[in-house]
Parts: sequence; C-alpha cells; structure tokens
Amino acid sequence: MRARYILLILLGIAAPFFIYPTFLMKILCFALFATAFNLLLGFGGLLSFGHAAFFGGAAYICATASKDWGLTPELSILIGGLYAGTLGALFGWLAVRRSGIYFAMITLALAQLIFFLALQLPFTGGEEGIQGVPRGRLLGLVDLSDNVAMYFFVLAVCCAGFWLIHRTIHSPFGNALTAIRENEARAISLGYDVSRYKLLAFILSATIAGVAGALKALVFQLATLTDVHWHMSGQVVLMTLVGGLGTIFGPAVGAITIVSLENQLADRVGSWVTVIMGFMFVFCVLLFRRGIVGEFNAWRAARRNVGSAAVSSDAR
Amino acid sequence: MSTQALLSQLLLGLINGSFYAILSLGLAVIFGLLNIINFAHGALYMVGAFCALLAMRWLGIGYWGALVIAPLVVGALGVVIERLMLRRLYQLDHLYGLLLTFGLALIAEGFFRWSFGITGESYPVPAELHGGVDIGIMYLPLYRAWVVVASLVVCVATWYLIDRTSLGARLRAATERPRLTQALGINVPVLVTATYAAGVALAAYAGVLAAPILQVNPLMGSNLIIVVFAVVVIGGMGSILGSIVTGLGLGLLEGLTKVFYPEASAVVIFVIMVMVLLVRPAGLFGKAA
Repeated sequence: MRARYILLILLGIAAPFFIYPTFLMKILCFALFATAFNLLLGFGGLLSFGHAAFFGGAAYICATASKDWGLTPELSILIGGLYAGTLGALFGWLAVRRSGIYFAMITLALAQLIFFLALQLPFTGGEEGIQGVPRGRLLGLVDLSDNVAMYFFVLAVCCAGFWLIHRTIHSPFGNALTAIRENEARAISLGYDVSRYKLLAFILSATIAGVAGALKALVFQLATLTDVHWHMSGQVVLMTLVGGLGTIFGPAVGAITIVSLENQLADRVGSWVTVIMGFMFVFCVLLFRRGIVGEFNAWRAARRNVGSAAVSSDAR
Repeated sequence: MSTQALLSQLLLGLINGSFYAILSLGLAVIFGLLNIINFAHGALYMVGAFCALLAMRWLGIGYWGALVIAPLVVGALGVVIERLMLRRLYQLDHLYGLLLTFGLALIAEGFFRWSFGITGESYPVPAELHGGVDIGIMYLPLYRAWVVVASLVVCVATWYLIDRTSLGARLRAATERPRLTQALGINVPVLVTATYAAGVALAAYAGVLAAPILQVNPLMGSNLIIVVFAVVVIGGMGSILGSIVTGLGLGLLEGLTKVFYPEASAVVIFVIMVMVLLVRPAGLFGKAA
C-alpha cells in the first residue's frame, strides 16, 4: 500500500516535465476539492450542494489577501482556509439540524447567499472578479511566478491535504462517521454525539475545500463568480460520483476525468459542456453508481472471489 | 415612496409569490409521494415557457392554447422521466433522485442555451389582457392581476384535489403506506407516475403564466429554483396549504424589501431561511423531523 503512494508521489514529481504544469495544477486543486467533498459525502453520507461557497469564497479571500494586502502565498492560503473553516462551522451548524435532502437544500440555499454577496460586495469586483492576483514569494523566498515552482508548491499542499483526509478517514473519528452514515439511529444508541461528528466533518471538509479554492486563485491568478456559482457545487458532486463515492482515490480520478474532458471540449460552444455534464450525471446515477474506482475495486474483488464485491481493504 | 409605487411593488411581490407558491406546491406534491426533490422543476418551468413560445412560432397557437398545451407536453415529458429513470431509484438513497433530476436540469438548460442563447425572447401579452384598470389607489395592469388569480385558482384547486377528494385520499394513502395501499387494489405505480406528471405540469403552467412578464430565457428556471428550495425549507414539506401560504408570503416580503432595502432583496429569502432554521428546523408548517 505504501509503495502505491510513493509511486504516485514520484509520478507527481516527474509529471510537470511531460505535461503542461498549469493543467496539472488545475487537476490537483480540483482533486483536493473533490476529495474534501467526498469526506462529507462518501464517508459521512451528507450531500452538501453548496461547497462552492467554501471553494470560491476562499478564492476571493485569498486573492484579496495576496493582491490588496500583499501577503505571501502561504499566508493567503491560510486565511482562505480559515475563512472556509469559519463559514463551514456556521453553515454546518445550521445545516446539520436537518438531514438527507433537506441538508442538501439548506447548503445550496446558504451557498446562494454567498453567491449574491460575491456579486454585490465591492471588494469582489462583481462580474469581473478579482484579476491579476500576484502569486508572490513563498515564505518570502521562492518566487512562485515560475509555473514549475508553483506546481511543486501546489503538489506539496495537495499531498498534505490528501494525507490529512486519509488520516481522518482511517481514524476512530472516521470510523464513527462511517457508522453514522450506515445507521444513524444505532450510532446514537451507542452514545455517539452524532451532530458533533457531522459538524466536525463538515468543518474539515469545508476548510480543505477552501484551501483548494485559495490555491486555484493563486494558480490562475483569478477569482470569479464561476467559483461560487452552484454549477461549481454540482461539478464537484459529479467528480466525486464519476470517480467513486466513498473511495479514497475516486474523487481524484473523477477530477482528472472531468477536468480533462472540459479541456478537450473547451473549443466547442460553452453550453454543450453543461449538456454533457448533465448526461454524465444521469448516466452515473442510473448505471454507474460506483464510479470508476468503485467499479474497479468491485472488479478486482470479484476476480479475487472475495465474498462481498463492494469492499476492498485498501480503498476503505 | 408614493403609494402607487409601493402598491405596484407589492403586486409584483404577489406575482413572484404566486410563482413561488405554484412551484413549491409542485415540489411538495412530488416530494410527498416520490420522496424525490425534483431539481428539474425549474428547468421544466422554463420548458413550459418555451413550449408557449414555440407553439406560437411554429404552430400559431396563442396564449390560451399554450396554457393547455404546455402542461400537457411537459406532463408527457414527466411521464417519460418517471417511468424510464426515476422509477429505478426509489429503492436507493433519496439523494440519487436529486442528482438525477439535477442532471436532467443541466441537460435541459444546456440544450436550450445552445439553441436560443441567453438573451431572452419576448412573448406577447394576450390581447384580451392588455392594458389595465384604474382602481383608485393604483393602476392595476390586467395581465398581472390575471396571473395572481390564475395561480391562486390552480393552487386552491390542487389543494382541494389532494385534501378533499377520494383521489387525493388515495394519493395520501399511497404516500404513507405504498405497499398496503397497493395491496388494497390501488394502482400505486400509475398514481406515482401521474403525480410526477401533474407536478411538472404545474411548473409548466407557471412557465406559461410567466412568459409574457419575464423574458423567456433558458436561465429563468435555475434562477428561480434555488429560491423555491429556500421557500420549501422555510415552509416545511408538511402541508400543501403551507407551501401556498409560504410562497405567497415570501413573495410579498421580497417585494417589500425591494421597496425599502433593495440591495437585500436577492438575499432576504435566504436570510429568513436561516432565521426559521434557528427557531423551527422543521419549517413553519413542517412536521417535526
């Protein structure tokens, strides 16, 4: 198992010399975003339809911190993450009062609040967003305007994020979360403070999503309304669904798929991307619910003739 | 702020409230029986408006015909959606239904955007409802008054159908105990399909009503649906009457906010949602979770 991770890291280090670094950075940011989202959905069983508020909102905050306050990138990202965590605490506290579908609707509506704020508040630049965000010097030393240098910074942050999520999932907290997802009533009867677990998971998920958004703002040197629009919330759901709910690598795989697809379709008329995204949603929900990694795990388990095809030791 | 301006904003608020009421009513009806949040509701409202537009352009059918045709067309679409797709999801987590209808909404929105662009198309007010009448305190545009009346009639009729007729009784029985109801000989699957079709037909009806007032554009549904979600959270899914009252009330409140504090008018409903969640998490008319 460890070998697998080392291999991935080595691939990550080698990649920018073969593939366009900005494309890789975009994938990394969205992979982090989707993995953070999956913590809540795949492992917590909570569908939040408003994660764009954390992703995009942190992008705005980070952009402002870097451009208007002249902070170094790691501080800007930190502030972005703090914003996302605080907002996550607030939204989470409001939203965990209900569950299931209501939870999703509440998060969606709350995220719309953030969207309208982003539209109207002066510092966000309205329809144009915040442009020309300086990448700054990491720790005051390393100039991040070089794409390869920036790539390694992004890689490091994302690896840290993945590691944090991985540790969370494989911890007593993570197990409790899974227990709550599987059978909430039983978890309550066992004495778990279910709301507190959900809230903590929500805050963690929101914070890391915020870090991803802040990173993205620095990578593209841009923060716009697209980042806080509910289509973005839908996109991260799609990435997680396509890649595989409740698997560790699923969301990242989904992110790679969707970002690559969008890249290839970029020259076509914009509206078709929406249609294709819609078709992918429908297809995945009807016929491909386990997602790429989920199906792969099931195939592998079936080949090994393990009893239940849905569980694989290294994916959970 | 003159009385005329205040009253006309209130009228606008009442109109918006009527749309909120019809749409949240449709959502509540669908949710009650299918346990699915129909994200496609906004998109089907938009499709209804486009049906009216295209009926006029391609078939020369005017407004009054469109009021009948659009719900029928969208209702048929609803039958197809329910039978081919939604039916497979009932035994799964309810969130999959939300995701499927979200996907459908994206398809519809993207397709119409590709076909028509995002600038709206205008749809004429029917000749019989042109102009307005001076009722002393204000000048009342006829068409807008008609929208409010037409919406209220449909909402009350739906409520009556569900609450006071035997068909409604069967619907409510199927909602609470589908298997038992089916064992008693009532065709529950047909009822479910019909409910979904009726719910989205309501949305299409609202779309036709909206066409002469708002521009018929592919984004009209998505802008509205999230507000309707907030309305539904505020009202709770408990009662049909609750959705109607909440929808109208919130529309009025939004209109009032436009008069006194216009910058907040886009977010006032969401703010109210937060307040309601703090005090009554189940919604104003909802049953306790």
